[in-house]
Amino acid sequence: MAKLLIHGGHIIDPSQHLDITGDVLIKDGKIVSVGDTRNTALHDADIILDASGMVVSPGFIDLHCHLRQPGFEDAETIATGTLAAARGGFTTVCCMPNTYPPLDDRASVDYVKQLAAAEGYVRVLPVGCITKGRRGAELVEMDELARAGVIGFSDDGEPVASTRTMRLAMEYASRLGLPIIEHCEDKGLSQGGVMNEGWVSARLGLRGIPAAAEEIMVARDINLAALTGCRLHIAHVSTAGSVKLIRDAKKKDIPVTAEVTPHHLLLTEERVMGKTTGSNTLAFYDTSAKVNPPLRTCTDIKALVEGIKDGTIDAIATDHAPHTLVDKLCEFDVAAFGISGLETAFGCLMSLVHNKQINLMVLISQLTCKPARIIGTKYGELGTLKTGTPADITLFDPNREWLVDSSNFASKGKNTPFDGELLKGKVMVTIVQGEIVHKDEDIRVKRRSRA
Amino acid sequence: MAERILLSPEDIRRALVRIAHEIIERNKGARDIVLVGMQTRGVPLAKRLAAIIKDIEGFAIPTGSLDISLYRDDLSRRPLKPVVHPTDIPVDITDKHVVLVDDVFYTGRSIRAAMDAIMDFGRPRTIQLAVLVDRGHRELPIRADYVGKNIPTSRSEEIKVYVTEIDGEDKVTIVTPNRGGAV
Amino acid sequence: MNSAEQTARAAMSETLPGLSTPVWQHHHVLDLDDFSREEIDLVMETAEAMAEVLQREVKRVPALRGKTVVTMFYEPSTRTRASFELAAKSLSADTISLDATRSSVTKGESLLDTLRTIQALGADIIVMRHQYSGAPYIAARHISASIINAGDGWHAHPSQALLDIYTIRRHLGDLADRKVVIIGDIMHSRVARSNIWGMTTMGARVVLCGPPTLLPPGLKEFISRFWPAQVTVETEIEKAIKDADVVMPLRLQLERQQSGLIPSIREYIRLYQLNEDRLALAKPYALVMHPGPMNEGIEISPAVAQSTQSVIEEQVTNGVAVRMALLYLVAGRKNN
Repeated sequence: MAKLLIHGGHIIDPSQHLDITGDVLIKDGKIVSVGDTRNTALHDADIILDASGMVVSPGFIDLHCHLRQPGFEDAETIATGTLAAARGGFTTVCCMPNTYPPLDDRASVDYVKQLAAAEGYVRVLPVGCITKGRRGAELVEMDELARAGVIGFSDDGEPVASTRTMRLAMEYASRLGLPIIEHCEDKGLSQGGVMNEGWVSARLGLRGIPAAAEEIMVARDINLAALTGCRLHIAHVSTAGSVKLIRDAKKKDIPVTAEVTPHHLLLTEERVMGKTTGSNTLAFYDTSAKVNPPLRTCTDIKALVEGIKDGTIDAIATDHAPHTLVDKLCEFDVAAFGISGLETAFGCLMSLVHNKQINLMVLISQLTCKPARIIGTKYGELGTLKTGTPADITLFDPNREWLVDSSNFASKGKNTPFDGELLKGKVMVTIVQGEIVHKDEDIRVKRRSRA
Repeated sequence: MAERILLSPEDIRRALVRIAHEIIERNKGARDIVLVGMQTRGVPLAKRLAAIIKDIEGFAIPTGSLDISLYRDDLSRRPLKPVVHPTDIPVDITDKHVVLVDDVFYTGRSIRAAMDAIMDFGRPRTIQLAVLVDRGHRELPIRADYVGKNIPTSRSEEIKVYVTEIDGEDKVTIVTPNRGGAV
Repeated sequence: MNSAEQTARAAMSETLPGLSTPVWQHHHVLDLDDFSREEIDLVMETAEAMAEVLQREVKRVPALRGKTVVTMFYEPSTRTRASFELAAKSLSADTISLDATRSSVTKGESLLDTLRTIQALGADIIVMRHQYSGAPYIAARHISASIINAGDGWHAHPSQALLDIYTIRRHLGDLADRKVVIIGDIMHSRVARSNIWGMTTMGARVVLCGPPTLLPPGLKEFISRFWPAQVTVETEIEKAIKDADVVMPLRLQLERQQSGLIPSIREYIRLYQLNEDRLALAKPYALVMHPGPMNEGIEISPAVAQSTQSVIEEQVTNGVAVRMALLYLVAGRKNN
């Protein structure tokens, strides 16, 4: 296989505490050397990528996305979703099992893996259901699914409502060392809700989802994790109260990890009132801001950012949820929940860096080595630029400004509240296993021709 | 813009007195006459005419007001504050002589609208028109029965009527746009 | 300059000095939260003129001749729909009424597809009532016809609030510092929400009173953000109603008890019914209003409903004049 040289970039690898300028050399899909500045490989390489002005980072890992295939191919396919991932700088995505049929048996998981191998642009790691059909009653054959290659279990989209079932799931899964990934939502409190419960929902006459709906479930599941010793991973944390519960749990060494989405770090409930958040009434009831868990308040955002800084939150995951136009261009109550986030994630997150809320090294760790730790090494050592590991690499320009235009998305899902926004920070090249799967049109690649 | 006075308060008073006499003469007395002032400045003018007629004939004649906003043919050409002023026709106009009173008579479209409105209130014996100023440029085949003063104008000019009840003074002026360079 | 422009110029000299943008800014009427004081005053003046038209023998003027007004009601309604249709007809508009509960909606047609079809048929103004909050906003964003909101979910009912203001003005004059008390299921009430915006813009104080489970969560934060001094919440009716100038009980839908929000109708009546004893705590001339339809014997006692202080029937009459005013003002703005 060809030798690929990434030349002269700013290498940031949190897994090795690396922050240097230099070259990265790839051969046969693996990283061969990192940080060389002597330009020795320049004569040797088949492909040379000029990375000056860019940051070279391990490829991003998305712990939580929805690829919709099988069953909802009008909203997304593995092909379109993984292309979107590649454009977003993600070299690995973990796809959620709320497909149709759901990924609750070996056959479905194998189907997804085959499709991903044939048509996927990036690594696709499946997550299996917790219960059959995600109905919250009977457990799936967890061992069989583990052998099929799932990296964890989730009924995402739904919580496991029955406490007894959740306990049993955790006890059973603890033997495998795989995490239970829970969508924390107490349906008794959230029923019928379409946005955060607060002053905006009062004004707009919409039923709200109170923060307590998430926090009650977080508390319940942390208790069960302590009881069973099973790894618990809390999906898409959105409230300050949840962050506090997770922090306290970690202090007691309860095996809980947590993720947060980019949109929960940047937007509040006021976004439902449109981009100018209140002054233009004609923009009210913006379904691009309808998501579950809902966008919350400034106080929650502050707590989430603190959680990233102090390690309470382990990873940033997109919860990429593409929907067809029809499912979003309708009355707010009826519209589907979800934001198509793979292609805007990095640009959005960079605003936190530019605003000095978190530093770049911390951000990259939330996208690389920390999610890799949650996945484990079943698929190799991911999220790192260590020599000998798979060459999954992302190059980005931290200062490049670009306009979000959802009509140009690779994803079939054009549903984003960031449409028309100017973001600063763009993924320029994405490499999976040594192959360039995404390259910005401004990037020139030098190929050496061999006789 | 240059504004020039055409009619003084005395001129206006004399014109109204003459019009009042003409109304009485044409209708052979003041019986069965209803004066209807067109909003806005036609209204005080109608009231003044009624007072003069009362002096002459010795009894009060009914006076009303009419806002034609709801009868206009040009919903699009509206002022910045489209106020609809009161319409008050205090008596049954059927078989009466309705005399519309307006300040300036121009294209005739307001009067056409006024006639439509009056017809909705009943079936008058006649509708007549009294105007303080006729500035010409008719766009419809409508004529005034009683005219205070004929003032030929060009389309770029504007006739402004001031009445004490609304503007604090009585006068009629003409406003001409400045030619380029002229002061 | 033709006579229309001259009349316009003449009328301009009666307006606010320095006025260079239209007072009436609305292409749509979705809620009162974006109505200026001047706009509400303009609606009031225009409604007065319309009320005069409705007193005539021939209750019709040609102002909207040639315009098509379509009423599209996704929720059943007798009084509001009839009121809007009568208003449109009084202005000589062509009216079409669509009962969306029975039409293509049951065939699965989306809201926007239905609206686009109506627009293609030539609707100038669409009067819309929908069971979901915000539906008219989606419509306004995607349709070029004017949208007048006749009630969307729990959110807004601007024409009702305007006719409420009109009714109060007729009896009590200026609303400044008047105490308006709204009692009942505030959570689900679009009438309450629009009235909060409208009444406060006119300078009134508003007191909201109801059982805690029927007050919207987030209400306290909502009102403290916009009207920290003017709007208050009270759970005890005797405290709320003391010295009120206007008392407005809201209809209690019987489903509220069925869905467990209140323990029983009996307890609701005991705690919140507007009866004669409670009305006596208000000002002696206080107006009793109700958006209708009433549940006599539940939120309002029959004696109070029939009392001389009740202006409930007059609200309905005023509704036609106010809706005529809205149609007239919106139709004119569209062309400007």
